[in-house]
Amino acid sequence: MIKERLNELQQISLRVREHIIHMSGNGGCFIGASLSCADLTVYLYNEFLNLTKENLKDENRDYLFLSKGHDVPALYGTYVELGWLEKERLQNHLKTNDFIYWHPNRNIPGIEFHSGSLGHNISVAAGVALDCKLKGIKNKIVVIVGDGECNEGSMWEALLVANAYKLDNLLVVVDRNQFQANFPTEELIPLNPFDKKFEAFGCSVKMIDGHNFESMEKAFTQFPFSEGKVSVIIAETVRGKGLPSIEKRADRWFVNFKQEEVKQLIQELHGEAKATLTSETIVAR
Amino acid sequence: MTYEELLIELISKDNKYFVMTSENRAAMRGITTQIKNNFIDTGITEQTMIGMAAGLALRGRVPIVHALATFLTMRAFEFIRTDVGIGNLPVKIMGSVAGFLSDGNGPTHQAIEDVSIMRGIPNVNVFCPADIEDFNICIRKVLEHPSPFYIRYLNLQPVVQHTAFEIGKAEIFGDGKDVAILVYGMLFAQAFKAKQILESKGFTVRLINMRCLKPIDEETILSTIEDCKLIVTLEDHFITGGLNTILAEILMKNKKTANVLPIALMNKWFKPALLNDVLEYEGFTGIQIAQKIEMAIS
Repeated sequence: MIKERLNELQQISLRVREHIIHMSGNGGCFIGASLSCADLTVYLYNEFLNLTKENLKDENRDYLFLSKGHDVPALYGTYVELGWLEKERLQNHLKTNDFIYWHPNRNIPGIEFHSGSLGHNISVAAGVALDCKLKGIKNKIVVIVGDGECNEGSMWEALLVANAYKLDNLLVVVDRNQFQANFPTEELIPLNPFDKKFEAFGCSVKMIDGHNFESMEKAFTQFPFSEGKVSVIIAETVRGKGLPSIEKRADRWFVNFKQEEVKQLIQELHGEAKATLTSETIVAR
Repeated sequence: MTYEELLIELISKDNKYFVMTSENRAAMRGITTQIKNNFIDTGITEQTMIGMAAGLALRGRVPIVHALATFLTMRAFEFIRTDVGIGNLPVKIMGSVAGFLSDGNGPTHQAIEDVSIMRGIPNVNVFCPADIEDFNICIRKVLEHPSPFYIRYLNLQPVVQHTAFEIGKAEIFGDGKDVAILVYGMLFAQAFKAKQILESKGFTVRLINMRCLKPIDEETILSTIEDCKLIVTLEDHFITGGLNTILAEILMKNKKTANVLPIALMNKWFKPALLNDVLEYEGFTGIQIAQKIEMAIS
């Protein structure tokens, strides 16, 4: 990846993170998961997917499904930077006059399907992938899932079926931020050896640094990894990435920060003074 | 025309129709090769099948999914509710061996709350034909309708000649005023027997094959409660949430009351056995239904 482009993507990511942080006040959002997958959504929409504002309804387009729907602020932020969503609309977060809330829905241009209930969108994406295969369309169907989401049996069931029908136009990206709602995954329901599990279900797997665009490019450009197999990218990420005061914190899953804290977090994102957070932890699950 | 012939015809005319099963091929066993480009067997995976059906529907397909009614409506309930219901996608959900038709399988296989839970999902309609002829007459309109449908699929031979169908319209036999039997699904044949027995004893009977439980034919129900002295709701379904509840909802909504005899499964699973023995044991044969109605009238 040329240095200028790398720098551009990093700048876009920084702005997407600003949008996410702004959404963590006035009702709050799932900030930790949103920040962990922000670099992935920036890379996917800017570099990987054949998706533009003009082709969002084209039947030959690529698809992205956000199965771990609670990190939708990362999508909203990415869409603002792409020019698909007016920045002012983010002010409508959680307002009844718009459709911007804690989970994705198809009223927002770019969002292919609603999610929020975990373990659904691999099977939905497999349906899309099957139709595209049957029609001979050479497109990519991407699903972002969470590592905690991999507790759900329906995920693995869908992978069994997708591999049985050789849906190699399907790419599952795991946001491996090491946390589920309240606990580190390995403390509650261990997933390791994670890549071996996907391989055992018939997938072809690559591991990447989910915050490094060059690492992403190296893996994503090899898609599909093996003929006849679902490709899986396990992206090692950090919950709350970019904000040291909330990074890797089990108690900063869902937050509703005060405006003063939001201001401090924006400064922290830009490497200025670390924020002093006093808002209480919200246990939403 | 058989169901298999209908599927072949629909697919040959419009590529949007897509047949799916989670390894329950009874309804389409003979045509899987013929429709192979519009067919998938997802294995024993009701949830994945529904999720994939939603994905196919997003691509403009009309998936017709098949599985045993219990596993389809209950194992995959949240997928139907969340992917098909919220999405309002035209997925047609064919549940087989619903109600008493699971005969000897036991409670694990008894779909006797299926109407209740399916009709509770916004956008999802419910169609329960009386027999294979009724199914064949109606199913084309159900498949062509833009909304999701749950269907109690069945393959029983008819005891009457059925009439043309409109979505949300019941089929009425007779204009009797002593008793009206509201029924859906396989019990229609027993209700028809009960009608004949009661009529031989001098009662006048109106038999109403509901066909759709949602949208419900409210107009027919309202005129029936005006006309008839006794209203019977007959269903191989728990008393909660099915036709008896639907009638109660209509009565309340219209500030009406009626003399109602519910014949349903009263909060218990039925005795597993061969179908005719189940009907006898549980008191759902035509003769037993007629006796219950006669007692209620007198």
